[in-house]
Formats: sequence, C-alpha cells, structure tokens
Amino acid sequence: MRTFFDYLGGSAFLAWQAFREALLPPYFLGLFVVQLHTIGVLSLVLTVIAGFFAGMVVALQGAHELERFGALLYIGPTVARSMVREAGPVMTALLVGGKVGAGITAELGAMRVTEQVDALRVIGANSVKYLVVPRLLAGVVAFPLLTIIANAVGVVGGLLVALFQYRLDATLYWNTVFDFTTFQDYFSGFAKSIVFGFLVALAGCYQGLSFTGGSVELGRATTATVVVIGIAVLVADFLLTQCFFLL
Amino acid sequence: MGAQRMDCAELLRLQGVHKAFNGRDVLGGVDLGLQACETVSLLGESGSGKSTLLRVIAGLEKPDRGRVVLFGEDICPLRERDLLPFRKRMGMVFQGAALFDSLTVFENIAFPLRLHTTAREGEIRARVAELLEHMGLSGIELRYPAELSGGMKRRVGIARALALKPELVLFDEPTVGLDPNNARMVCELIAEMRVDLCETAIVATHDLQCALARSNWIAFLHQGQILEVASPADFRNSSKPEVQRFLAGALDQFTPMGPTERRAP
Repeated sequence: MRTFFDYLGGSAFLAWQAFREALLPPYFLGLFVVQLHTIGVLSLVLTVIAGFFAGMVVALQGAHELERFGALLYIGPTVARSMVREAGPVMTALLVGGKVGAGITAELGAMRVTEQVDALRVIGANSVKYLVVPRLLAGVVAFPLLTIIANAVGVVGGLLVALFQYRLDATLYWNTVFDFTTFQDYFSGFAKSIVFGFLVALAGCYQGLSFTGGSVELGRATTATVVVIGIAVLVADFLLTQCFFLL
Repeated sequence: MGAQRMDCAELLRLQGVHKAFNGRDVLGGVDLGLQACETVSLLGESGSGKSTLLRVIAGLEKPDRGRVVLFGEDICPLRERDLLPFRKRMGMVFQGAALFDSLTVFENIAFPLRLHTTAREGEIRARVAELLEHMGLSGIELRYPAELSGGMKRRVGIARALALKPELVLFDEPTVGLDPNNARMVCELIAEMRVDLCETAIVATHDLQCALARSNWIAFLHQGQILEVASPADFRNSSKPEVQRFLAGALDQFTPMGPTERRAP
C-alpha cells in the first residue's frame, strides 16, 4: 500500500515539476520534435493495423446483432461511435501506450544506470525540463493524433466489412456515420486520448527516472510500466466516461 | 593542504561529511580542503567512498551531516536550481564517461556551451575543435558515443567537462577499464590540463602510478574516512598500516609474477 502511495505521490510531484518547467524558459523545441517523432511517427504502423482490425471486428460483432433486429443499416454509426468514443482512444492507449511507455522507461532507466542523468545535472541542465517535459508534451500531442488516425482507419475497416460481407452501399454507410455521430462523441474520445497520452508518458518517465539497479531490474521496470499504464488507462477511462455522461 | 602556493584561495572545504545508504555508513566524517590550482588524488579500496565523496562535492548527493563549502559557500542547504552557479564553475568526468547516447561527439561537447553561454555557432565549433585537438581526437565530431572506444569516450568526457573552462574538475576513476596506453594518455591529459589551464582537480582513482606521478596531494580514504593526506613522496613512506597494505597491494599489480606470496619457491 505504501508503495502505491509512494508511486502516486512521486508521479504527481514529477507532473507538477514538469508543468512548472514547461512554462519557464529555455524551451527545447528540438527535443519535443524528436519525441513527437519517436512517440507519434514511429507508432503509426501499429496504430493503423490495430485500428483497421478493431474497426472490422466491431463491424462484424455489430452487424451480427443488428441483423437480428433488421437494423443492419446502422452498422456505420455503430462502428463509428464505438471507435470514436471507446475503442479508438483506449486501444491506442493500451497498445501504443505500452510500447511507448516501456520504451521511455528503458531509455531513461539506461540513462540513469550510465550516469547520463547525473551528467545532465552536473552540467547544469534541468533533467525534468530536458527529459520529462518533451516526452509529456509529445504524449499529449501525439496520442490524440494517433487516435484520430486509428478511428478513421477503423471506420474504413468497418466499411469494408459492410461492403464485402453484408453488401451494403458505401454512400449509405458514410451518410449514416456522419448523421448519427455527434460532437460529444468526437470530443469525449479526443479528450480521453489527451489524458491517456499524458498518463502513458508520465508513467514511463517516472518509472525510468526512479529506476535503480541493473539489467534484470530494468526488465522488471519496463514490464511494470506496461502494467501501470494498462491499469491507469482503464481507471481513467471509467472516470472520464462517467464525467462525459454527466455533462 | 596547499601551503606551498601563497596566492591560491581555498576552493573547497569539507567538514565532517557523513553519508549513509540503507543504514550503511559510506562516508563517516570526511574533512578535506583544496586550494586553487592543485590536484588531489583520492586513493582507497573499492567501496571506500571515493565516488560518493565526488558525488557529494558535485551536489549529486546531499550529505546526512556536515558541510561542503564550495567557492566560499555551503552548498548543502541549496536546492537543485540554486546549485546552477556552482555547477557552471565545475566539471565532472564520470567513470563510464556518461556521454549522451543520442548526441554526436560535437553535440556532447557543445551541450554545456549552448546551455550556459551566448556563444555563436562558429565560436562553439571553434571551441569544440580546440578541445578535441587537445585530446588528440580531431575529426570525430560527427561520430556517436557508440562508435567510440572506451579511451576515446573517456577523453570526449574530459573535453565536455572542460568546455566551460571550469575552476574545479572532478574525475571519477578516469583510467579504470582502459588499456595501459589509454590509461597513461588520460593520466597525462589530466596533468597537462592542470599545467595549461591552471584548473583544480580531484581525481578518485585506483591508479597509484598516475596518482603518485601527477598529483600535488594524495588523500587516502579508508572505510569512509580520510586516513592520510600527504604529498606523493610522503605518502609512499606513510607509517599507517592501512596505507602500507594498500601500497603493497597496488604495487603487486605491477609485478610481472604477481603477489610475492604466490611466487614459486
């Protein structure tokens, strides 16, 4: 229990330090761009594949149920709303988040072991500003963008199932998608992905910077990051969903 | 220490520095002083607290008790942000060089210059080239640390530590793990640095030959305490049994047949 509160307190303090450092000059724009590439661009293929198949699976499951009620026409909005509200942000956060978070922990953990973090401090560079802020900002920017891509590809995947397996008209599919999805659907998914991006980067950074030990412990730390991200994303998803339904 | 040089101000004074990790005392009341333009070698067995002492001086670890007076001010109560003015005036060479993996050699050495000076890109390039030439490493600016040998990494680490022309340089085991040629080269660089740039240095090392040949003073650390501070000549003749044991052990390493006890009758 104490470890849990240590982790929570430590992460919250790191987030506060990062927030403060993000506002104060100097600003390392180059590092942010590098992290945006690492977190965003290098996760594109994974996002596209996962989104595509998730969309097709939602379409198959949805169509199976809708067909029983003669409502197969609504396969488009079923896929779109499922993807935009839940499947897109959560799946991206779990899959890409696991990959990105573990990568951040491994990188920062290795930097600690090889005294690179200490070298930064001795040189007079603020390690939070230099290492944490660019990753947090990149997470907050990259995850919504990745989620939008996953959503779009997922809806296209659903379209292919509707077209080739259920012989539906493509125009009808797109019309129903846009007619039955609301601003709130897009907003809730978008807002969730921002929070998830922040949680993923924060968990990766905290675990990496608080790391001590050798290669065995580094392996454990990266695994722990994936577990923490999974739990944090699901808990945050539940809380945010509750909030959005209250709004 | 440092009574030979009348014009030198005291740069560093450690007073009763204690540090423990997980209930185990690593430093048990260290007292040490250092004046400008002197090189002090910290000798001692593994685990005697040499690296921890350097980390305390660099502000990387806060001592549990005691004072670290650096450039005339106690740095122990200072927060990380307040240590910045002190860190601009010192450099540290880490045991494994601690070069930033994601940056080239040029970017590593230019890092402190870009961070703390308003120097133009041309001036930074000139300074980096000058430092690399001094280290005998011209032309490797675009290489990444992973492409360098251990000795080259160590020398690039020294170049990075010297980039801001610091008044105090801390070396943590600068020759450990290097072949004899590279170890000698690094050792000579430390000595040259002192002569050319008049920097003050603290060198934590196992390398007795380097310490005896290149230091003004030897401080012997044993079980977290300074047992002896002496000139190299006096250190050789120390009456302390711990020092004699250390000297005998270190000198055995240079005997081709190994320790005398193991020689065939």
